[in-house]
Formats: sequence, structure tokens, C-alpha cells
Amino acid sequence: MAVALETKVATTPPARTRSPWPQRLRQHLSRRWQLWVMLAPAIVATAVFAYAPMYGIQLAFREFDFEAGLTGGDWVGLKYFRQFFDSPQFWQLMRNTVLISVTTLVVGFFAPIGLALLVNQVVGPRRKRFSQTATYLPHFISIVVIVGMLQVFLSPSTGLITRVMEWFGVSGINFLGDPKAFIPVYVISEVWQHCGWNSIIYLAALSNVDTQLYEAAKIDGASRFQIIRNVDLPSLVPTMVILFILTMGGVLNTGFEKIFLMQNTLNLPISEVISTYVYKIGIIGNQFSYSTAIGLFNTLINFAFLVGANQLAKRLANTSLW
Amino acid sequence: MTTKVRYHRPGDIVFAALVAVSIVLIVFVTLYPIFFVAIASISQPQLVQGGQVWFFPRGINWFGYEQILGDQRIWTGYRNTIVYTVLGTAVNMLVTIPAAYALSRREFAARRPLMFFFAFTMFFNGGLIPTYLLYRDLNLLDNMWVFILPSALNVYNLIIARAFYENSIPEELHEAATLDGSDEFRFFFTIAIPLSKAILSVIMLYYLVQHWNDFFTGLVFIRDYAKQPLQIVLRDILISNTAFAGGAGGAGGTGGGYGQQYADQIKYGVIIVSSLPVIMLYPFLQKYFEKGVMIGSVKG
Repeated sequence: MAVALETKVATTPPARTRSPWPQRLRQHLSRRWQLWVMLAPAIVATAVFAYAPMYGIQLAFREFDFEAGLTGGDWVGLKYFRQFFDSPQFWQLMRNTVLISVTTLVVGFFAPIGLALLVNQVVGPRRKRFSQTATYLPHFISIVVIVGMLQVFLSPSTGLITRVMEWFGVSGINFLGDPKAFIPVYVISEVWQHCGWNSIIYLAALSNVDTQLYEAAKIDGASRFQIIRNVDLPSLVPTMVILFILTMGGVLNTGFEKIFLMQNTLNLPISEVISTYVYKIGIIGNQFSYSTAIGLFNTLINFAFLVGANQLAKRLANTSLW
Repeated sequence: MTTKVRYHRPGDIVFAALVAVSIVLIVFVTLYPIFFVAIASISQPQLVQGGQVWFFPRGINWFGYEQILGDQRIWTGYRNTIVYTVLGTAVNMLVTIPAAYALSRREFAARRPLMFFFAFTMFFNGGLIPTYLLYRDLNLLDNMWVFILPSALNVYNLIIARAFYENSIPEELHEAATLDGSDEFRFFFTIAIPLSKAILSVIMLYYLVQHWNDFFTGLVFIRDYAKQPLQIVLRDILISNTAFAGGAGGAGGTGGGYGQQYADQIKYGVIIVSSLPVIMLYPFLQKYFEKGVMIGSVKG
């Protein structure tokens, strides 16, 4: 998962007198044209489907014009951003988005670490392997099916989980409608689905721990818990840092699909987030410029968090994405 | 690895017991809901709803599955999804693998700027509306190619494949082949591809699952129901609770179809039917998927 964006390679030794660039370019192309051919489809696809929409971001600062399409009509500056900041939905959307994503990030970040440490303690390679394989099975279930399962299991009258909760004296909660239940249901089902998968990378790191460290700790009389704390956990730190930066980059990228599917009129006060709002007013409501502005606002915040987290990691842990 | 180290202290034994209990509990909580869906899909709905089905199906009947298999929407959705998945994955592989190989060549001077060009899109994008308008201009709305072309390259998969080529194809092999007069194309097809079957399977499986579970594309870019993939059909049955078979004109002849208590049984069945391909792949998946995560984690 560590996005290894670069590999330090000794570049070709600088020639004493560099030939002019057109000549170097021609030389490069004549030697490397086959590699460029292999890259061409990927470059074209990325340019068209990832960079061309970025060009359309200007729509956030322009009036939408049906004829002009992606580039838009007259400049209106920050009008739509102001409209969003002044709108009655702004604070509610921000609160919901931050609340849902921060809870998911915190729980979703630590749960896999705990699971990995636990699975690592399972004795016997086959049992260890089984617990690992079993826990990440839900990762492959589609979001639609997950939400469908939530609906049948949490049904107030007949749901399986509702019934189990009654054993513990919790009854009369409409898990799908009650706004207070929305975030717990969302986060717990996220953990249920992805915790096992996200722990694989930590387990891989744990399997690389030098066995001599365990022997040494054992000789020093460390208990198993002390070994986890002082040997296992520190060995996970580099992986944790990288994953932390990556998650920070998605701080406002609350899972659109799952939230959208879980929404109903009862839980809307807590479940309406920026991405679902953009979809509704943009795709359904055709307010193209306004929703582009909101979407851009969201992207910029994410980007700021990513850069910030990266700087922080650089300073504190000497690790960074770039 | 740790088997050599033995623990005898009482605290450690308690600890081991706690580990065992928690892991059994976690595995149970993970697998039981899926198991329950499977047995509930063939049990008498009244017994399921009355809380009498726990570990074994009771009152076995196939009513749910009969209804599902008789529903035209499921079949259409299934067919569409299979077409999009197969075509889409083929395009994905053709785009991703050669690019990953090219980016792994250390002597390729443009590799770092190009890597940045690709990776930047993981963290910054144009947003939903510009994307929508672009697809409109490209005539991709309500067009099956919207499932295939825009997702042609997944940068994460590109990085995994590149890491594999970088770390697993010995540089000497490339040098030797070059001395023998092989060019990049030939090296790629005759040496790199055969040596990378493992990573090809990993990437292919990643893409297959991605296409199979794609819900967003159908939701935003497709209006024509005949082109909708399985996930949209699933949404309508599972979440929006649209009436099932016979709903369109009451062709069932059973006078309004089935009672409400069967709705849940049908939902359980639909979950199984739609997840079956992935579940059947699971034994293969699990071996390769993990490998993908590991390779991806190798820092270049």
C-alpha cells in the first residue's frame, strides 16, 4: 500500500557538455519509443478521464452554459462558493461529513492494527491463515449487498441483529431510521467489512520481524503482552505512517455509495454529506456550477489534509509519500 | 516463527486463552451473517422471522430462488454485468500491464515525471459534475462504454504491477536479452509476461471484482434500465423494495404474487445469487489477493 512513487536510481552521469535538448529528445525517442508506445494507452486514458475533468473545474467560477458545456459561460468569480458558505445547509453538511469521516478514519485505522496483532498471536500457521482468510471475506461483497444485509438484519420487527440486541436489553431502536444510530451502524459495518483486509498489510510487516528479537525478549523475561508492545507494535510504525497519510488524503471522501444507499428521510439530518449533496443538486437538480463549486471545495480540503499529513510525517517520522 | 519460544507463566497462559477466545469470536462475527443469509434463503420465511432459524435451514423450500430466476431484471442485470466485467477487465489489462512494465525500466528517463502524472490523479480530481459533463460531450451517457473506458486504468494497480516488475525481473536478464538483440517489445512479451503470471492474476482479480461491484457508474451515467448492471437491479430489489416478479403487469397469475413475508426470503436469495461468482472465486482469490497487498507494500 505504500505508494512508492519514486525509486532512487543513479541517473546517467551528467555529460560534460550536454547536447541541446532537441537532439537529446530525438535520441531519447529513437531509443525509447517502444516504452512510450506501451505507455500510450495509459497516458491517453488518464489525460482524457482524469485531467480533462480538472479542466472543467473552471465551471465552479463560471455561469453554466448548456452550449459551452465543460468550459462554462461568463465568469462569476467566487459567487457559488459564497452561496454555499451562506447556505443553511453548509454547517450541517460540514458537521455530518467531518463527523462520519473522522469516526470512520479513527476506528478504521486502529481496528486492523489490533486485529493483525491478535491474528499474529494465533499459534500454528494453518489456524493463523484461516483466521486471516476468514476475516477478509466480507471485503469482496458489494456495497449494495452490504446495505441490503443491514436492512434485513436491522429491520425493527424481524431483523436478526435487532433480536440479538434484545437479549442484551437493547430494544425499541430503529437502527435504520434513528439519526443517532446512523454513525455507529455505518462505522461498525465498515469495520466488519474492511478490517480483515486492511490488516493483511500489517500482518505482512509482522511476519518480517526478526525472530532474534523475540528470542532476545524471551530471554529478558518479557511476557507475551510486553513482546507485543515492545517488539510487534514498533515494527508496524512505518506502515502505520504511510497508511495514515493516505487516509488523511481521503478525510472528506466519505463513502458516497454506502451513505447514499443508507439514506432515508428519517436519518437525513445526519446522513446528508457533501458528496451526496453534490450528487443531488448536480446530477438530479442540474445546478451544475453550484455543485461543481461544492465539489471543488471538498477536493481542496482533502488535498490540504494530504499535504499536511505528509509534512507532519516527514517532520515526525521521517517518512513521506514524496 | 514464534513457535520456538515457549511460554509457561500463568499470565501467558491466560493471555493465550484470551487470544483464542477473541479470535474465535471475531471469525464467528465475520462469517455468521453470511452463513445466516445462505440458510435463510432456503428456509421457511415465517420460521426465519420468528427467530427459529439459527444454524440450520428449516422448512427448506426454493420459493425465493424460483422467483429470482423467473425475474427478467436479474437476468438482464447479470448479462450486462458479465459483459462489462469481461470487456472492462480485458481493456484494463491491456492498458495497465504494458504501462507498468515501461515505468519499471530504470533507464527510462521519463519514468518519474510520468509516475507523478499518474499518481496525482489518486489525490486530486475534477469532481462529479465536470466528469459528468465531459462524458456527456463524449457521448458516454447511457452508453455501455462508460463502464469500460473511464476506468481503464487504476493507478493503484499500476503501482502494484510496476513494483512487481521492478523487484522481480532481474536487471541481468534484461541486459542479456538486450545483448542478444532483443528489443523492449520482445522482452516484454517473451520474458516479462511469462515471468509475471502471479501478478497478472492479482491485477486481473482486482479489476474483475471492481467491475462486478460497480454501482456508481450505473447510478450516475445510465438512465436506460436495459443497460443497468446487476448492482443497480440489486439496489432496486434489496433497498428500494420494488415489487418482484409479476410486478410488471402481474404476469405471475398467482393474484398479486407472493405475500410480504416472502420479500425477505427473496432478498436473502438475491444476495446469494449476486455474490455467488465472487464466493466461488474466493479460494483462488484469497491466495492471490494477499500477494497483491504484499507486493504493493514493497517500497520501491
